Amino acid sequence: MSFTEDQITRYSRHILLPEVGGKGQKKLSQAKVFVVGAGGLGCPVAYYLGAAGIGTIGLIDSDVVDLSNLQRQILHHTPDIGRPKAISAKEKIQALNPDVQVNTYEERLTTKNARELISQYDVVIDGVDNFPAKFLINDACYLENKPLVHGGILKFDGRVMTIVPNESACYRCIFKNPPPPGVVPTCQEAGIIGVVAGIIGTIQATEAVKLILKIGQPLTNRLLDFDARTTAFREIRVKRNPSCTLCGPNASITELIDYDEPEACAL
Amino acid sequence: MQLTINGKVENLDVSTVMDVLKAKDIDPQLVAVEVNTDMIDQENLGVTSLKENDKLEFLFFMGGGA
Ligand SMILES: [Zn+2]
Repeated sequence: MSFTEDQITRYSRHILLPEVGGKGQKKLSQAKVFVVGAGGLGCPVAYYLGAAGIGTIGLIDSDVVDLSNLQRQILHHTPDIGRPKAISAKEKIQALNPDVQVNTYEERLTTKNARELISQYDVVIDGVDNFPAKFLINDACYLENKPLVHGGILKFDGRVMTIVPNESACYRCIFKNPPPPGVVPTCQEAGIIGVVAGIIGTIQATEAVKLILKIGQPLTNRLLDFDARTTAFREIRVKRNPSCTLCGPNASITELIDYDEPEACAL
Repeated sequence: MQLTINGKVENLDVSTVMDVLKAKDIDPQLVAVEVNTDMIDQENLGVTSLKENDKLEFLFFMGGGA
């Protein structure tokens, strides 16, 4: 595949970088990134990845756009209220860059579809807002051997970590199991400064681009915590946990766990 | 003893990790604890002794994204 004149102009600021060049831009155009959640994190991630000329972006989200989303979910505009987030996001990405193939999935990521979907992509982005889904993504990426860029936000705080299976600490190396339901507040309950989602999402997108281009050092074995109140980043060194139930030598998890089930039964 | 907790130096009268959690009124269910870059299993918090100048990281769950 060779670039058209317009594409060379569009990506010229990438191509100028010796670490990227035409070769790197081609890698980006052949890459497939799966973004789980088209919300606070997923929007900035997918927006920048679309601008960067990522060949295929997969977007999975079962929600529709709500007025209260617009303070931070920058791919959704006021006329999109009530429309599926995956479709709304796809339209904006393709308006920005028609080169990008956007696959949309208007469903939830579950133990049934997670591995099959993730296996079709090169890099996965965690942009979900609940712990069962964060553990599901972590486990599915490990089992499918796909790099994952984890992200989390709450109030004035944000966190990012890149996970390369079998090379770096996974989410379960740090957090063994999801917290009991209801004890950790969500953004919906506790609030979030909208732009914190942008800061963390753009760092996640940066990590994805670096993983695809194989440049620099990924944010592996390091948990990057951001505090908007003080505008301070803190890096916490982590390492693979020998007692990790997913990636440790005596791992017990060999298939996906449905943490949602008790809640579903309660309905 | 003197400890560094989440990057800040503090003087606490404690002997185990669990003592620190109690002193700070932190629910052990809500935090992952690292001592000098080793993750401490929840069941070992009460038997993990601390020494002068240990570095502790309390990593709280951060679940938002949407
Ligand atoms: Zn692990």
